[in-house]
Amino acid sequence: MHLDLAIQMLSRKWEEFRKSWYKFSRNSLSVIGLSTVLLVLFLAIFAPYISPYPQHAGRFVNFAEAGLPPSLAHLFGTDVFGRDILSRTFFGFRFSLIMGVVVLSLVVPPGVILGSIAGYFKDTWIDTLIMRITDIFLAIPPLILALAICSVLTPNLFNAMTAVSLMWWPWYTRLVYGLSSSLRNEFFVQAAEVTGAGKIHILFREILPNCLSPIFTKMSLDMGWVILIGSSLSFVGLGVQPPKPGLGTMVADGAKYMPDQWWIAVFPAFAIMIVVLGFNLLGDGLRDLLAVEEV
Amino acid sequence: MGLSIIIFFIARAMPSDPARLALGARAPEWAVQKLREHMHLDQPLPAQYFYWVRDALHGNFGESLFTRRDVASDIKEFFPATMELALFSGVIMAFCGILLGAVSARYSNRWVDNLVRMFSYVGVVTPSFVFAILFLLLFGYILNLLPTIGRLSPGGSYPPTITGLITIDGLVTGNFAVVLDGLKHLILPGLALAMAGLSQEARITRSSMIENFQKDYIAAERAQGIPERVINLKYLLKPSLIPTVSILGLDFAALLGNAFLVELIFNWPGLSRYGMNAMLRKDLNAVTAVIMILGVVFLTVNIIVDIIVAYLDPRIRLAGGRGK
Repeated sequence: MHLDLAIQMLSRKWEEFRKSWYKFSRNSLSVIGLSTVLLVLFLAIFAPYISPYPQHAGRFVNFAEAGLPPSLAHLFGTDVFGRDILSRTFFGFRFSLIMGVVVLSLVVPPGVILGSIAGYFKDTWIDTLIMRITDIFLAIPPLILALAICSVLTPNLFNAMTAVSLMWWPWYTRLVYGLSSSLRNEFFVQAAEVTGAGKIHILFREILPNCLSPIFTKMSLDMGWVILIGSSLSFVGLGVQPPKPGLGTMVADGAKYMPDQWWIAVFPAFAIMIVVLGFNLLGDGLRDLLAVEEV
Repeated sequence: MGLSIIIFFIARAMPSDPARLALGARAPEWAVQKLREHMHLDQPLPAQYFYWVRDALHGNFGESLFTRRDVASDIKEFFPATMELALFSGVIMAFCGILLGAVSARYSNRWVDNLVRMFSYVGVVTPSFVFAILFLLLFGYILNLLPTIGRLSPGGSYPPTITGLITIDGLVTGNFAVVLDGLKHLILPGLALAMAGLSQEARITRSSMIENFQKDYIAAERAQGIPERVINLKYLLKPSLIPTVSILGLDFAALLGNAFLVELIFNWPGLSRYGMNAMLRKDLNAVTAVIMILGVVFLTVNIIVDIIVAYLDPRIRLAGGRGK
């Protein structure tokens, strides 16, 4: 009897999933986005196994093969130290994805919780306190704030992630604030209040689950933006430190040899564009699928 | 102002000792101690904040820890260059973005539209420093069309400083050669900066126009026999610009941030390059001052944007209490 019920539930879930997938896959751009993201994920995770010269990702010098143009042996060419750029790009994806994942997982929980609290207690001192602090952070152009924080810390990937996280949470607070302050007037929230549900229950069980679609959509879009900002920080030398192959770091290195040895900078630059584009297309697809308008 | 608090704490609460940085690692301890006292670093944070704000309000940001020059006068020197670049780029961004978006919406799903949409996707996902490098290469070195370094050609004389914006000073004094030279130098960094915002504006304008195009009031106007051109410009474009303009403020913020990288690449003698160098040298007084100034610029732009939105959107104007 229970098994029957479970199977029924499962098949209904499966049916729902199939319907969403059908809707999602109707838009070819979303599918391209998803495949790009999956491909990059695959390349990043298995970089040590699939890149042709995995030892080139770190401290490695081979001047005999320095500055070679793209060829069959080195599809993206080699840099001034003779390191294979294709391999370094695969490893560069790792740093970009780590940056995105870590920043978002640091940023989303506090941002979302603060936003839902401020929205639920709208027009009280709690709302004022939280939202004014948020406004202050939003009053500084984001990249500048990140650059400033990075610059007073030791330049490395960890501090770059800290800096970007410090400037990113207000966006989630603001998004969830808007959702939560309108949700609190919905009947189901009022019904929960009337039946004597606690504030924590209302926040986490009534309001928060209804904010999830916009949050996920924004996270997908933000993965791209965080990676973009991260590469900008690396570009000026405040992110991933050489000899580690950050994509931004590689572009900065290559820019010095630009007109002649164009491949050193151009391929990592394309790599950044492709990652960001993938997450963007995926985010747009999710937005259409989940019918989110707020993000 | 809250802005000042956060900037101050970034500068001061971080684990580093400005006095030690200023004098270098080999300076004797008594000298460092003396400088700490001079900079009020020996006092509790709220007191330090008080001193800092008092000085900042008098336009005194202290002296650079690195060059020993007065930060305020440095800023006065570099600020106009950044303003000129940011304004130029902002105008390109708004104008071209809206134009492309409108064209794209007008001919939706034709080849023009597809071209614009592809272009705007590429524009959004490309970091501005990549655009900067590509433009530098393509127009600067390969085609050799445009100058790539600085604000004026070497040997070019600066017009007398009135606003500090070379092109405007040139116009005012009637020195058109300088205006032309200044504009030529502006184009590449300006475009590189504008690309991201431009693409975003185009996308938003397009989708908002297409959405409004299906509204009943447009059909009603068409039924009334109002010419298509008037409908497009007056009744379709104007309300469709509301979301575009509201996001202009954010795009401008991104633009100011990216200016830090682009000015570095084009060797543009502006505030951002000054700030970037200060950051790399941990010159805290200069960094706080630069961020403070750019924060104020950003806030001002946002206020202007809000006013424009209110002008475009009668609902906001009326809710503001001016209507009956």
